[in-house]
Amino acid sequence: MKRSTAVKGVTTLASLLLAESASAEYRLNMTQGVTPISHDVYDLHMTILWVCVAIGIVVFGAMFYAVYKHRKSKGAVAANFHESTFAEFAWTIVPILILVSMAIPATKTLLAMDDLSDSDMTIKVTGIQWKWKYDYLDDGISFISSLAPEHNQARQRDSGIDVTKIENYLLEVDHPVVVPVGKKIRFLTTANDVIHSWWVPALGWKKDAIPGFINEMWARIDKPGVYRGQCAELCGKDHGFMPIVVVAKNESDYRDWVAMKKQEQADALASADRAWSKDELMKKGAQVYATSCAACHQANGQGLPGAFPALAGSALVKGPVEGHIDRVMNGKQGTAMAAFAGLLSDVEIAAVITYERNSFGNDTGDVVQPATIKAARK
Amino acid sequence: MSTATATHDAHEDHGPAKGLMRWITTTNHKDIGTLYLIFALIMFMIGGAMAMVIRAELFQPGMQLVDPAFFNQMTTVHALVMIFGGVMPAFTGLANWLIPMMIGAPDMALPRMNNWSFWILPFAFTLLLSTLFMDGGGPAAGWTMYPPLVLQTGDAFPFMILSIHMMGISSIMGSINVIVTIMNMRAPGMTLMKMPLFVWTWLITAYLLIATMPVLAGAVTMLLTDKFFGTSFFSAAGGGDPVLYQHVFWFFGHPEVYILILPAFGIISQIIPTFARKPLFGYSSMVYATASIAFLSFIVWAHHMFTVGMPTAGELFFMYATMMIAVPTGVKVFNWVSTMWKGSMTFETPMLFAIAFVFLFTIGGFSGLMLAIAPADFQYHDTYFVVAHFHYVLVSGAVFSIMAAVYYWLPKWTGHMYDEKLGKLHFWLSAISMNVLFFPQHFLGLAGMPRRIPDYSVQFTGFNQISSIGGFVFGLSQVLFCYIVYKTIKGGQPASEKVWEGAQGLEWTLPSPPPYHSFVEAPAIK
Repeated sequence: MKRSTAVKGVTTLASLLLAESASAEYRLNMTQGVTPISHDVYDLHMTILWVCVAIGIVVFGAMFYAVYKHRKSKGAVAANFHESTFAEFAWTIVPILILVSMAIPATKTLLAMDDLSDSDMTIKVTGIQWKWKYDYLDDGISFISSLAPEHNQARQRDSGIDVTKIENYLLEVDHPVVVPVGKKIRFLTTANDVIHSWWVPALGWKKDAIPGFINEMWARIDKPGVYRGQCAELCGKDHGFMPIVVVAKNESDYRDWVAMKKQEQADALASADRAWSKDELMKKGAQVYATSCAACHQANGQGLPGAFPALAGSALVKGPVEGHIDRVMNGKQGTAMAAFAGLLSDVEIAAVITYERNSFGNDTGDVVQPATIKAARK
Repeated sequence: MSTATATHDAHEDHGPAKGLMRWITTTNHKDIGTLYLIFALIMFMIGGAMAMVIRAELFQPGMQLVDPAFFNQMTTVHALVMIFGGVMPAFTGLANWLIPMMIGAPDMALPRMNNWSFWILPFAFTLLLSTLFMDGGGPAAGWTMYPPLVLQTGDAFPFMILSIHMMGISSIMGSINVIVTIMNMRAPGMTLMKMPLFVWTWLITAYLLIATMPVLAGAVTMLLTDKFFGTSFFSAAGGGDPVLYQHVFWFFGHPEVYILILPAFGIISQIIPTFARKPLFGYSSMVYATASIAFLSFIVWAHHMFTVGMPTAGELFFMYATMMIAVPTGVKVFNWVSTMWKGSMTFETPMLFAIAFVFLFTIGGFSGLMLAIAPADFQYHDTYFVVAHFHYVLVSGAVFSIMAAVYYWLPKWTGHMYDEKLGKLHFWLSAISMNVLFFPQHFLGLAGMPRRIPDYSVQFTGFNQISSIGGFVFGLSQVLFCYIVYKTIKGGQPASEKVWEGAQGLEWTLPSPPPYHSFVEAPAIK
């Protein structure tokens, strides 16, 4: 009777502690994540952690016992031993055995991670200073995902906005990656300019996105939800401002989203064929400028001396329109200026060039039509 | 410096030249050791000031003090200054002061080269630090200088490369000097296996430096030609490979981290026996463990690159090899604990730092072991968990060992005891604030905060604030350290020859301070 009460007490206490740690988990410990791999990684992490804690208790216990007991002020007299073949042998062999027992589960998990067979769909992730481009290779959907405008505004040094009031500050994007649950999704990572790293902790891994190379990794997400992450490889000035948002939906919701996205793309494509008014282009151009250009050339077009050239009064911007189109579409080798031909649509390029040529005191009056850009692509 | 001159003069007949020229033209190992140590302390404070900027910006979410571009310059230059300007010159300074006195030699083997290897450094760092004032600012691509990002550096780029070449030349010359001195100038009877462990660890470190510094020089030269001479070593568009740089860099970089810790192992192995009043446990296994660590350091480099997309076999190899390092490192820790066991310990400041080293360095070792597990590293990599890890091994490891060494040998160098009360105050302030500073960073990393970001999501605020407060206290505590050192150089209780009751070794047979030229005749070795 007494014994069962004690057992009950211990289990209640244990479950309380566990509940405690579960609520604190997000802040203190690695996430368990939402994929089979992320669970394995979490278990591996906890195993190594506890092994280290156990070794630490033994070693530090011995050390602090000695510090406490074998001190001169307590009258300790120094012994004179200074070697022991047995001890040396033991503390070489025992750690090797512990390491082997840790290497076995680690190897298993690694092999599972590297098994990319039988994937259901493929998403190509391209890192670009400082945003992500997603290509759904099976559905032909493709879009760019940047830090949400509200967050981008708040994070400026003199914004005067209280960032603590902004939900998911710095972890929100304009266009999230939407994926179905329960499917084995293959992610291909690559980059346009410098090395980035695509990391969503809930998926259990990060993978570097390297220009000229394609890496692969996979995830099968168990439950619908919104999972946030960030670029994990230093990629320049705004490395801290290129978040990732994965929205996992069930199959039918995902299909709806695909249909909607396809319609959006078709509409955008059609709009490139009509003539745009200057006002329309200026309005669209201002949006594109804010997400694609302002990080370097600054919102006021003044650039950053020594790092990024000013557009205000720039000879290139005020000069012949062909030169300007060429620079935006093809970039400039050896600098951070990307080739935007592969990143922006005809309308977006036409709009942003129009905007640049008629802002920051540049008053060329030029209007560039999407059709011109379309022609320039050939 | 002028006061140091005065003290030396008082003891010496054929002493040093007077005034500034003494320091510029000196070929004396003690003078050069002093120069290295003072230079390292200045760099430690400059690099520390940059860390203060970083911690101040990270005190709360949102950008308050600096722009992201400047923040990146701070993290980059902080690392370069601390590694190449702080820790490495400090160890070289200790080597200069101590190796000749420990092996019974009159000076270093190559005194003129010794002078040159020091005097390159102030120029190298002037060059590096001057980039902060150029258009576009200093280097901002991280101390690892990964292309293609580093190729976007502005005017600072060639200055950074040249300064790294100069640091490398300085290190290589210093290492040649250490090896030649140890191999040729030991007093008769001082066999290799009788050498103090500090001498042993430096001998091995010197070989690591000679083996790896040219590799770094090669890597950065390839960056230079990629930027200015149209080559494409690291550009995929030109048929090159950006990952190749990482392999070459870390082939230097991993041995480099042992360059930053092996001399520390040597220092701790000198200090613990003194204050435990008991010989070092397992001397020969300490030597073999150091050599094994040095060997393994050459075959584990790609564990810094688990996420670049290596073949499975490569990842397994580098994971297993990295885990093996825990074995010789464990041997060292067990030997230190066994040395303390059944000793008769006292806890003067050097011993306090040494015990903190064993405790905190081992924590850094544990997180290192966790990072070695490749699948888990896919989560840990490039987060604050890594930042916490390497600061545990570099701050409470390398830097604490240097502080322990300074407190331990300063009475010998200056002839004055330092202020024990202030020393202990400095220890407790540093040890506690160091943990307040870096321990929460483990949690930040696990919770998902990437490293090298100037701003963060609000859920990370609490631990960042704790960390910043720890950082400010740690930074201010080092001002106290500067004061203690200054005060000891100026004066204080005269130190005896032996200084510490349990001290063993040739340097403790010399007067405190030792004459300008010591062991002009080789001492007899028992």
